[in-house]
Amino acid sequence: MTDIAPPARPPRFARLRRGGPRAALWQLAVLAAVIALGVWLVANARAALEARGMTSGLDFLFAAAPFSLGEGFFSFSSGDSYLSALGVGLGNTVMLSLVSMVTATLIGAVTGVAALSRNPLAAGLARGYIDLFRNTPQLVQIVFWYTFFTLMPAARDAWSILDVAFASNRGLTVPAPDDRETLALVFLAFCGGLLLAFLIGRLARRRPADPQRPRRWTGPLVALLVLGPPLAVWLGAGVPLGWSVPALGKFNFSGGATLSPEFLAIYFGLSFYIAAFIAEIVRGGVQSVDAGQVEAARTIGLSPGSIYRRIVAPQAFRVVIPPLAAQYVSLIKNSSLGVAVGYPDLFSTSNTALTYSGRTIEVLVVMACIYLALSVSVGLVANLFNRLVQIPGR
Amino acid sequence: MSVTSFATPGTGAAPRPAPEAEGRAAGTLRRLFRSPLSGALTLVIALVLVAVAWPLLRWAVIDAVWYAPDPAACRAEGAGACWAVIVEKHRVILFGAFPYEQQWRGAVIVALWLGWALLTAPRLLPLAVRLGGWVVVFLVSLVLMRGGILGLAPVGTDLWGGLPLTFLIFGGTVAGGLPLAVALALGRRSDWPVISFLCAAFVECVRGFPLLVVLFFAALILPLFLPPELTIDKLLRAEIGMIVFFAAYAAEAVRGGLQALPDGQEEAAKALGMSYWLRLRKVVLPQAIAVALPALFNDIIRAFKNTTFFSILGLFDVLGATKAALQDPDWVRYGLEGYLFVFLLYFLICTGLSLYGRSIERDNLRRLRRAGE
Repeated sequence: MTDIAPPARPPRFARLRRGGPRAALWQLAVLAAVIALGVWLVANARAALEARGMTSGLDFLFAAAPFSLGEGFFSFSSGDSYLSALGVGLGNTVMLSLVSMVTATLIGAVTGVAALSRNPLAAGLARGYIDLFRNTPQLVQIVFWYTFFTLMPAARDAWSILDVAFASNRGLTVPAPDDRETLALVFLAFCGGLLLAFLIGRLARRRPADPQRPRRWTGPLVALLVLGPPLAVWLGAGVPLGWSVPALGKFNFSGGATLSPEFLAIYFGLSFYIAAFIAEIVRGGVQSVDAGQVEAARTIGLSPGSIYRRIVAPQAFRVVIPPLAAQYVSLIKNSSLGVAVGYPDLFSTSNTALTYSGRTIEVLVVMACIYLALSVSVGLVANLFNRLVQIPGR
Repeated sequence: MSVTSFATPGTGAAPRPAPEAEGRAAGTLRRLFRSPLSGALTLVIALVLVAVAWPLLRWAVIDAVWYAPDPAACRAEGAGACWAVIVEKHRVILFGAFPYEQQWRGAVIVALWLGWALLTAPRLLPLAVRLGGWVVVFLVSLVLMRGGILGLAPVGTDLWGGLPLTFLIFGGTVAGGLPLAVALALGRRSDWPVISFLCAAFVECVRGFPLLVVLFFAALILPLFLPPELTIDKLLRAEIGMIVFFAAYAAEAVRGGLQALPDGQEEAAKALGMSYWLRLRKVVLPQAIAVALPALFNDIIRAFKNTTFFSILGLFDVLGATKAALQDPDWVRYGLEGYLFVFLLYFLICTGLSLYGRSIERDNLRRLRRAGE
């Protein structure tokens, strides 16, 4: 073998050396200025805290918090620690964001496709929705929904929706399964199965299929993976079937579950606003598919349904993921607007905690770090997912 | 390899007759009922629309109470929307807690902003005049709000409110944020690693926080970190938060524009012996900002929508002022009408902004196409 000289490696810290001594000096000066600014700010804060006789540190997180929080997915009563209050806030933020993401995606997908419909009524309605909800502040929408529900008639004059759901100033009372914990577990098992099936599908596709031995077992296997775990959980819990349907009593409802006006306001505000942006993204994704491909598919006789399912959707899907992830991040961040209507999300919980503990800096920094972590992790998951679904390089 | 096609043109098939000319109405009708499915969809949507729109129309227009000095008129049996609340409270909604007899100053500010916006929208005046005009409008608005000179009574920022405040917050955010955004974008693309790291870290951190967190940092924590002799007004602190947040997003838009610029542009300018600042001013920035403009306009519209966040800090932008106006126990039941008015106000302004942004984009495309010929 002839020896090949290894490619010349750039000297270490090549980027730092670029531009000669003048550049290095400038950069050192900037760095020094930034550090000096930081030191000066911290020194000021120290002095301010000392002057007020305040202590700093994170030990307060384990002290008992003298407040209780409104109703959310998780509830909190006074006496528990500040740390668990923040945990409850985080849980509410995550659950609220998840529910809103699913709703916004569904509405957005339908609206986005409808905006491209050849039916002028459907397209016009979808465009109107997009314009109306995109061009108004989310906070105004949230406050509007909150006012809408709190100004509803009292329970005994509630608006009845087909006699199974009721809207009143207490919020929306809807039928609910009796055993909600089991159902949540069933749902989690379903998600886990879906993820497993997806991963196994990816692994299986890595090896090219052997034409002699067609994979006949994939269909049943996927069904087993997706439906098996939730079914097992459901059977294991003793097949709970009961549903409670709300009925209007003299002053209040019995049965069912009531969604509070606070939750509805932030949920509607998040979902409907982000849905308008998702609709635009979906519309752009569908339009990004080369018109020639659709024409070609029509030429070989695919039905409009199969054209959408087999040609348009898979390609549009890949285009849509990065901007969709940005909208999800924006949804999570804007869930902090729950504070405007008193929904106990992470932001309003922290706001209450900093009022009661007096540890403004600590609480705000902890909260900011949690939000940063949430945004970053959604971005990471989206990147990973994006890499999985992209067409392998050609 | 030859191109094979299943279509065989010119094999003697009779040319298709030209489609019959049809009227607009007939065309729409045909598109509404193109197929059985489409027809069914049309009918369902039309039914739902009528079922929803008719009661809504009755509530909002036909049965509505437009003017009533006394809220009792709105409480009458069968009365619909009570728009009288807007008539009654319009001074508070539009001008907040600004001293009542001085509110003409707010009206002048609103007129100035809307007037200059309408005057410059067709872009007949040169860019420098338009931008200079905005600077003048902004400064005059500040003087009118603050008072204290020219015989105007001084008004503290705690009394500023309503639409003039919303305009000032918005103008300040864009005016302060755009230069910062350009600086951050240039810094992030800098060859000097320390600069590019600092700019990237700043932009990514701010973009990872909710705006409310940034505003709370600016309003609550900033004073703690500054020496006691340096006190900044609460409004100004919140405005700093707005500027930083806007700049972080706009910086990414500008960076996109910078990246779209072919390297040859800067290299050619360098070969001509232009200095860094000259290259930036004459070659790089004009092109990069033209490319970034659609994305920048989205950020600018969002900045306008985000002015409502000030109401959470207890400041009286239009939303905060409306909230305050609706505290009146006589009118509290008509909050829905009040917020619908605010909704409509923002919808009109944001739609105007987005139409303007789209027209600039069209102009740019036309210019690029001309330059390409």
